[in-house]
Parts: sequence; structure tokens; C-alpha cells
Amino acid sequence: MFDLIAFIPRAVAQGIPLLFGSTGEIITEKSGNLNLGIPGVMYVGGICGVIGSFLYERSLADTSQINPALGILIPLLCCILGSLLMGLIYCFLTVTLRANQNVTGLAMTTFGVGFGNFFGGSLMKLTGADIPSISLTATSGLFRTTLPFAGSTGWFGQIFLSYGFLAYVAIIIALGASFVLNRTRVGLQLRAVGEDPATADAAGISITRYKYVATCVGCVIAGLGGLYFVMDYANGVWSNDAFGDRGWLAIALVIFTVWRPSTSIPASILFGGLYILHLFIPTGTDLAVKELYKMLPYVVTIVVLVLTSMRNKRENQPPESLGLPYFREDR
Amino acid sequence: MIHVAKRKEMPLAQSLGIRVGVIALALVVCGVITAFVTGLNPIDVYGTMFQGSFGSPRKVWILLQEVALLLCVSLALTPAFRMKFWNLGGEGQVLAGGLASAACMILLGDSLPGAVLILVMLVASLAAGALWAAIPAFFKAVFNTNETLFTLMMNYVATQLVAYFVIVWENPKGSGTIGVINQSSEAGWLPVIGGNKYLLIVILVALLTAGMYVYLNYSKQGYELSVVGESPSTARYVGIKVDKVIVRTLIISGAVCGFAGMLLVGGSAHTLSTSIAAGRGFTAVMVAWLAKFNPAIMVGSSFLLEFMGYGAGEIATTYGLNASFGDILTGIILFFIIGTEFFITYRVVFQKKEEAASNV
Repeated sequence: MFDLIAFIPRAVAQGIPLLFGSTGEIITEKSGNLNLGIPGVMYVGGICGVIGSFLYERSLADTSQINPALGILIPLLCCILGSLLMGLIYCFLTVTLRANQNVTGLAMTTFGVGFGNFFGGSLMKLTGADIPSISLTATSGLFRTTLPFAGSTGWFGQIFLSYGFLAYVAIIIALGASFVLNRTRVGLQLRAVGEDPATADAAGISITRYKYVATCVGCVIAGLGGLYFVMDYANGVWSNDAFGDRGWLAIALVIFTVWRPSTSIPASILFGGLYILHLFIPTGTDLAVKELYKMLPYVVTIVVLVLTSMRNKRENQPPESLGLPYFREDR
Repeated sequence: MIHVAKRKEMPLAQSLGIRVGVIALALVVCGVITAFVTGLNPIDVYGTMFQGSFGSPRKVWILLQEVALLLCVSLALTPAFRMKFWNLGGEGQVLAGGLASAACMILLGDSLPGAVLILVMLVASLAAGALWAAIPAFFKAVFNTNETLFTLMMNYVATQLVAYFVIVWENPKGSGTIGVINQSSEAGWLPVIGGNKYLLIVILVALLTAGMYVYLNYSKQGYELSVVGESPSTARYVGIKVDKVIVRTLIISGAVCGFAGMLLVGGSAHTLSTSIAAGRGFTAVMVAWLAKFNPAIMVGSSFLLEFMGYGAGEIATTYGLNASFGDILTGIILFFIIGTEFFITYRVVFQKKEEAASNV
């Protein structure tokens, strides 16, 4: 029997990192920057949070004495700082120096994944700690704190209230991004920059500023996805390559939701569900079929990509100048 | 007042000189960072890196083989890139080719004589790679579907397909891996020539490099795809069938990726796994771009990236650090090189206020 009550919370937990990643990438792409470095940024966000909380937990004599405010703020700030730096590198190279976005993005992914795995694997040695693996149970406990009455509300609590605060932050950010993009002047100007930078420039909008801010904000949001994954989903245990290809899945989601952050909320949960569907479908001893189920999110994305290009509706297209650098004198 | 202007084309020697200088600078930065992390003096760091790549004849040959394999994928992507078709699906196309090769080795290994089997493998892997690239190309040509994202997604479809067959063919059962295919009969293994098991791949890729150079620079098709890349409207105006060129170029691109997959499965690894392409499809994008899509320069850029990888790997093992250290160094070098392109394409003019005013 398919256990829906057990399935939904796990699908949501899987979907939240994707939601962070896709919201960040949507904001970035709306400014015309195709940031393929998102997988790397999410690794950096995660590991920076880990480094921060690792150093903080080690400075305490007893981790049960952890200060709740500091225990959350330190990893959060480290994560934001790390992903912001990644965003600045990307912007400096692609906006200021007008480098190719695909190549820069892939280099960022190489760098970011390497950065995460290197510090994940070497942090103990570098700090001289004699513990076998990074396990931040105290910090993770803070990130996983749910509302006090969530456990006593039955299936309702299990489906809606059983998550750490970052999950709700992800949803609020997605709704906020949707509002800003569609209902405010800033959002309108940002979309103008992504669609037609030359016209936006003529209208007096600073292309450079919009691209920098959008990309950096996008990177910070995506980085939080990495932090959520380590601290909440993985119980504060960092293992190398555990994050896997979720970064690419987040980029797939951007297409799947046709560049709409609010659509990304159910879509992320759907993708999260597709990602773990193979665990819930009774396939008996046939393990091979499970691998085919894992293909689903990507196949669905391809279908959406093809369908939107076939129907060719204007509001469903990628931003017109996506992936192109802007140089005023090139016109 | 800072003003940026496009340069006239820079002489090749000068632009190469700038690039080599920047790579040297990036290596210095990497050395300093490594010294900072490991507490070594930078000279020792370079010594260790050199040791890791050229320490023994065997290490040199392994390095050469890896350079050849990376170069092969980079060459494959180049025709597509020259056409400004961002084929980020090298990873999936290599996997598709490798899967086809492995299928031939496993299913036909006992029934076909050696030479015929290798021929069948060649045809199958070229076809599989070509198919994997032709699907996004078809949709790009007909519906203008975004190829960057499409090819990217195809990578993961291929990965899962391989994961499926790895379990179907797993050997021994329950191990989760295929193991060495045809270990006793060696059916479908590419022949060892000159008593050196690395030599054949190096020679094949060297021939491929020359072939691709000629195809891109001296053939009609190579010219056509460059025109399509520069301006599809011009291409249409002079009577080039743009759709046909897109699909044809991607079939070639994918087929060469498939060939790389066959070299991996039949020539070096003799097994199949989801990680057999090992990120080459992505690294190759950077290799090709660094070389400005010129096959001859690509030899150098793929050598540089492999050397960095092996050198950093040696540092990591020697000092008990994580092997991903190489990726960090590679990333830093790439950032430097990517940034340099700006100073080759543009020049920055510093004007004083009065001058700027008088120029208006």
C-alpha cells in the first residue's frame, strides 16, 4: 500500500533544497544571467555553514550548552557569506569582464563542488580534531526544531508542521520573489534587463547593478538550499557528494516552472517526490527498475522544455537575452 | 573616467603570450594557496605536482591517455560550439557510447570473432552518441528549443539508463557493479599495440585531432557550420539549410563523443559504470573554450587541466588531504583564464575628466 502520509513529508524535505536552488536561479535568469554554477554554489553554501558551526561547536566545552541564537546565526551567516562570494565571482567575470556565462558557470561548479568535498574531507585534519566524521548534532537539533504542538496534531501536523524553520523560509522567499518579480517596479525593471538590456539601458536602468544584485541574491538563496540539506535533511552530517546532482535538478526546475517562483513551490515538492518515488513503489527484488524511476524528473523537464518551445507562447519563453553578455557599444 | 573599448584583433603571438603569462600567474597563486593549506614551501608544492604527473614512465603514459580521452571529448564538442550550439551533453553522449559498447561486449562477446565485434562496437557506439546529440539538435532546428538546458538534462537520462543496465548486467549478482567485462576471453577489448596498453588510444586521438582540424578549417561543411554560428540569417541568405547543418553537426559531435565512450569501455576501463565519463563532458567545454575552439591549441589546454588534476591529486595523497583539492586549483586557474579574455578582447582606457569632456 502506498503510504501517502509518510511519503509527503519526505517529498517536501527532498523538495526544499530544490526550491531554494530554483528560486535563486529564477531570479538570476530573469536578469539574463544563466548561472550554471548553482550546483557549486549550493555546495559552498552547505560547507560554509558546516565550517562555521563546526568551529563554534568545537569552541564549546559541552555542545548541549549551545546558545540557540548563535547556533543558528553563525552557520546562517557563514553560508550567506560563502554563497555571496561565489555570486560576486560569477558577476565580476560575466558582467564586468563579459566572460562566457556557460564556461564561467561550469568552472564555478567545478570549484564549488571541489571546495565542498575538500573541506568536508579535510576539515578534521586541518583543525587537528581527532573525530572520525563531521557530525553537528547540536546545531542540527536547532535547525530541526519544529513547533511544540506539531507532534500532537496527527496527520495534519505530519504533513504541514513537521519541518524545520528553513523549509518555511524557502516558501516565503519563493512567494516573495514571485511578488517582487511580477508586482513591483524593481521586478519589472529586472525583467526588462533580462529580456532586452539595450532597451532597458536606454530607459536609464543600470544593467550592471541589476545583474549584480539579482545574481548575488540568487546565489545566496541557492546557498541556503545547501545549508538546509546538511543541517536539516542530513541531520548535520556532512558526507562528500551526498548532495549529488540536486543542483542540476534545481536548474531543471527553472524550466519546468517556466520561470515562476510561486509555481516552483508545488513543483519542487513534486520533483522531490519523483526523486524518492522509487523508495515507495513496490518493485520487489527488481532493483534495476528503481534506477529508471530516478530518470523521471529529467524526462519530465525535457518534455516541458519541448512543449513550451513548441507552443511558443511569449510569456512562457526563457528571458530573451539569457546567456548573453551585454556591451553597450556592441549594438 | 574609465572607458572600455573593443580592440582590433590582437596578434596571435601576443594573445598567446598573455594567456601563458596568466596561466603562470595562476599557478603561482595556486602554489601559495597550497602552501598556506599544507604548510609547505611553494617550491616543494610544484615538485610534488610534477612528481604526480611525470614521476614514472607509467605515470607519464597514464597522463597521456587521460589527456587523449579528454581531448577526444573536447574535439567532439568543438563543431557544435563553433556553430554556437552549446552542447553541454558531452557527458551523456559519452555514456551512451560507452553503454552501446558494453552492450555489444556483453551480448555478442561469445558469438562474434574479435575483429568483427570491435567493428560492431564502433558502429553501435557512434550511433548511440549521435542519437543522444541528434535529439536536442532536432528540437533546436525545428522548434528552437533551448539546447543548453536540453543537452544538460540528457546527461542525467543517460546516467540513469546506465545505472539501470549496470544492475541488469551486474556481475557477480548483488555487487552493484559490472566488473571487468569478458575478463578471460578479452572479447571486445581494443588491441594492445607495441606492447603498450596506452599507446593505441593516444594514436587514435592524435589522428582524430588532425582530422577534426582539417574538417573544421578546410571542408565545406566546416565552413558552413562556422557561418551558421556567426549569423544564421546570413547562412540562410547564402542558401545554407540551417536546420540541416545543425542536425548534421550535432550528429558528428555526438558520434565522436560516442567514440570516446567506446575508447573508455573497450580501451581503458573494460567496464561500465555511471561515473565512467568522470565529468569529462563538462571539463571538455572548458578545454574547448580555452583553446578558442582550435583543435591544435586544445592539445595544450587539455594537457594543462589533466596535469593540474594529477598534480593536485599527488599533493592530496602525499599530505593526507582530500582528492578534491585538484578541483579547487583547477577552478582557480579557470577563473584567471576566463577573466583574461576580457583584456584580450577589450582595452580599458583611463581618461582624465577634462579629456573626457573634450571628447564628447
